[in-house]
Amino acid sequence: MMRQELRLSGSGGQGLILAGIILAEAALHDGKNVVQSQSYGPEARGGASKAEVIISDEIINYPKVNKCDILLCLTKKAYDKYIDSLKPGGMLILDSTVTDRPERDDIKIYSIPILETASKEIGKPMVANIIALGSIYELTKIVNKESLEKAVLNRVPQGTEELNKKALEEGFNLILKHEESTYGEVC
Amino acid sequence: MAEKIVKLMQGNEACVEGAIAAGMRFYAGYPITPSTEIAELSAEKLPRIGGKFIQMEDEIASISAIIGASLTGKKSMTATSGPGFSLKQEGIGYAVAAEVPCVIVNVQRGGPSTGLPTSPAQGDIMQARWGTHGDHSIIALYPSTVREIYDTTIKAFNLSEKYRTPVILLMDEVIGHMREKIEIPDPDEIKIINRKKPNVKPDEYLPYKIEENDMIPAMANFGEGYRYHVTGLIHDETGFPTSNHRIAENLVNRLVNKIKDNADDIVEYEEYLMEDAEQIIVAYGATARSAKSAINQLREEGVKIGLFRPITIWPMAEKQLKIIAKKVNRITVVEMNMGQYFNEVDRVAGKYTKVDKYSRVHGELITPEEIVSFIKEG
Repeated sequence: MMRQELRLSGSGGQGLILAGIILAEAALHDGKNVVQSQSYGPEARGGASKAEVIISDEIINYPKVNKCDILLCLTKKAYDKYIDSLKPGGMLILDSTVTDRPERDDIKIYSIPILETASKEIGKPMVANIIALGSIYELTKIVNKESLEKAVLNRVPQGTEELNKKALEEGFNLILKHEESTYGEVC
Repeated sequence: MAEKIVKLMQGNEACVEGAIAAGMRFYAGYPITPSTEIAELSAEKLPRIGGKFIQMEDEIASISAIIGASLTGKKSMTATSGPGFSLKQEGIGYAVAAEVPCVIVNVQRGGPSTGLPTSPAQGDIMQARWGTHGDHSIIALYPSTVREIYDTTIKAFNLSEKYRTPVILLMDEVIGHMREKIEIPDPDEIKIINRKKPNVKPDEYLPYKIEENDMIPAMANFGEGYRYHVTGLIHDETGFPTSNHRIAENLVNRLVNKIKDNADDIVEYEEYLMEDAEQIIVAYGATARSAKSAINQLREEGVKIGLFRPITIWPMAEKQLKIIAKKVNRITVVEMNMGQYFNEVDRVAGKYTKVDKYSRVHGELITPEEIVSFIKEG
């Protein structure tokens, strides 16, 4: 596997750093090399927040993500800030609340109701990060499903295992059960 | 043999795990970004293994506390960043003069002053060497991966015990905060060095007396019946102050030479693709990771280039650099400061080859692309 670089962006408090750690641990279970890092702004909540994950079969020397292969944006603010960092041929995963579209035809775009599913289907906005991981998995297969499930359960607070399992399942289903099996064409 | 533990770990966390594996049982500190996780984790872990954690009122108190704890025989550590490192210099000098083993971690951030709290920089290279006043030696180590943070933290404790000196662990924010795969070594594989204890009775003990062919005095723990005087003043072998010129000269010389003369034991470095290299990069810490990526790219284009990566920053690998300098036609020092290590490399290698610097102080890790284009410019 070539070096794959992911950037998970949104606002502080959406759990994206935890999502990055979970994804990195899943890749570790797969036996990959992995580096996870995050931006450190002064805000605890609100503001732009991002987590980055590099997954590779090779040794990872340079540990930062500049241009990424996969970009998740849960907010418009994050979209505005990071859209230019997506590589040609890359994958853009937008929450459906972000209605902007970049003027470029060299990327794949998916618009998915991640935040809405968290608050309406599950009734817990805080599981948006886990739903996002489920959808990222179905779109990219960047880690093994078992590894991802194991990593989620390993990191979430005790007593929330079932809730998070459900959130992950919803994330898979957002891709699997969509009529065209993808949101790629909607935009 | 038990199965190896492989996990995702943050650099700052690896520092605490390494310290505990080395035997750290006392931590005093005043938390500061980007080193805070070291204090947090020490606070969490030390009480569970019979150790002590104290959050002190400031940095000077922190270094003073670890010196005191070390005198009782506890392996001790503090962690800080640039602004706190400045304040700790007084205590570091005291530990040098009184020969008290301790480890000071500096997860660097942009300076001067409070600078760029959350951004990486390598601006404390010279402060680690000369931050405290007077002629002295120091040992400073500089890891480049999360696993190496674990290993060099253990090494820092071992060297501090062996040579009775403060050891500085310089770290980059980039590696302190990132998470990476780490394989925790089996405890049996870890080599631990403890300070040399006196083999005389308490009433015969001279705390700063050295044996022939040895430069390190045996160290008794306070609380075990050995009573002695500890001071930052120039002292004789009883530990009491003196202004005798001969004793003063001998003491300062010994403090410097006990490190300098043992450089071969202390100096550690990595050579990467050096065998056929016509030119090399000298880089350490996170910058060395960018340099490796750059070297891999340049090698694909046929450029015969390698990396010399000091893990021991002080004392410097002068002997090795001199040999290399005679073989290559260019050395480029890449660092996130205005050329602090470049000046030292140039001093050692400048007579034999061209020494260039690529330095940035913009608060971001230097990228492989920047290095590639600088090397190509010639």
